[in-house]
Amino acid sequence: MALSIALAALQVLLVLVGAPLVIGAMRQVRARLEGRRGGGVGQPWRDLRKLFRKQQITPEGTTVVFRAAPFVLLGSALLIAAIIPVVSLGSPLDSSGDFVAVVGLLFLGTVALALAALDTGTAFGGMGSSRQMTVVALVEPTILLVLFTLSLRVHSANLAEIAGGTLANPAQAFSLGRVLAFASLVIVIIAETGRLPVDNPATHLELTMIHEAMTLEYAGPRLGLVEWASGMRLTVLLVLLANLFFPWGVAPGGPGLVQVLIAVAAIVAKVAVLAMALSVGETFLAKLRLFRVPELLAGSFLLGILAVTASSFLPAAGR
Amino acid sequence: MSWATRILKVGRIVQASPAAPARTVPSPTGTRASLQIRHVDAGSCNGCELELSGAFSSVYDAEQFGARLVASPRHADALVVTGVVTHNMRGPLIDTLAATPEPKLVIAMGDCACDGGMFRNGYGVAGAVGDFVPVDVELRGCPPTPDQIVETLRKVTGR
Repeated sequence: MALSIALAALQVLLVLVGAPLVIGAMRQVRARLEGRRGGGVGQPWRDLRKLFRKQQITPEGTTVVFRAAPFVLLGSALLIAAIIPVVSLGSPLDSSGDFVAVVGLLFLGTVALALAALDTGTAFGGMGSSRQMTVVALVEPTILLVLFTLSLRVHSANLAEIAGGTLANPAQAFSLGRVLAFASLVIVIIAETGRLPVDNPATHLELTMIHEAMTLEYAGPRLGLVEWASGMRLTVLLVLLANLFFPWGVAPGGPGLVQVLIAVAAIVAKVAVLAMALSVGETFLAKLRLFRVPELLAGSFLLGILAVTASSFLPAAGR
Repeated sequence: MSWATRILKVGRIVQASPAAPARTVPSPTGTRASLQIRHVDAGSCNGCELELSGAFSSVYDAEQFGARLVASPRHADALVVTGVVTHNMRGPLIDTLAATPEPKLVIAMGDCACDGGMFRNGYGVAGAVGDFVPVDVELRGCPPTPDQIVETLRKVTGR
């Protein structure tokens, strides 16, 4: 038990430290492809350090919803980091947190931020919230469907068992259902974390914003928390993508030191590759018109349905 | 796929940058290489805006020195104000500065912002930026070139 708690702490620490670096690496890849030199991988960390030294501003008329939202966002992201298999399969929260809980926690963070944006009472805050809710309403069912596809084979909603099932049965890893589910989850992650083509993280045009519009009123340390937590949400979703579909390298429950070190190296490499691939893909995309985003998300939902159908009706290769 | 081959063929566009200039302006927060900028157009002819977007383009890449344009004064450490201050923009300029969290800087960019330039004494002009908000850095030029903008920003970011 002590070991599994230590491993969960390691996972949380890894996500805390790694999330700004993931964002930095993605910006750096994009800068290089645009022919720029870029601020370096450490730039988000420098920005965070600076934000925590700035003045805290609480806009007039805001309530506890505005003040608490960054902590709810951060807390939910940290809890997800402790539940999902980042480094090892035996999380101490395994018995209480299955994939439905993880999706719920993701949703909790999104809703907290959307409510905070409404709480400020500004036009752009409300617009950002309504857009985010439109996107999320289409995203959450798809995440559930994708994870349901994966759980069908192992007859368990437990994330560690899903990853473990693939480890035990590598022949299943590239079955039709899983490939479809992978494609669907990639689209959903892009939408959920506000990347191109759904939302442009580098924009400063208020009319096109989704995520940025909700954070416009945050300043100083609270803005730092929101940015940090948003990076962590992207990171945990990439970890989920990496370790559910390619779980090789993850340490089993109750691992030795060497296994843990290998697992840390493996997840860092996997997330780095996925983040860079996402960033390269983004370079070739323009933002979609807002009214076309639901079409993209409906497409990913359809992929999810096909994935569930394929994995429940097609004969399994390695069953 | 022609985009991919073009990216490979063009490679780096960014100019070679000279050694960092001496840091004449203490960074608002005391941290290096991180400066979020909110741009306020107080009544500019848009010449400065063109050069400012040039400074953040692939050729000059002000982002490599830690400067970044942001969407909200709440996110900013510095305001870059361009143009003379017109009667209609006087209030919004003062409000924008008030909405920026401490510690903060005001960079007056272009001759108009510094002293009114060619629009001084115009009928719609309330004055120069320094008449309404305290200016920490003056950046002369009509308009200043991206090189000058980047150099000024580097004096603040210290990179």
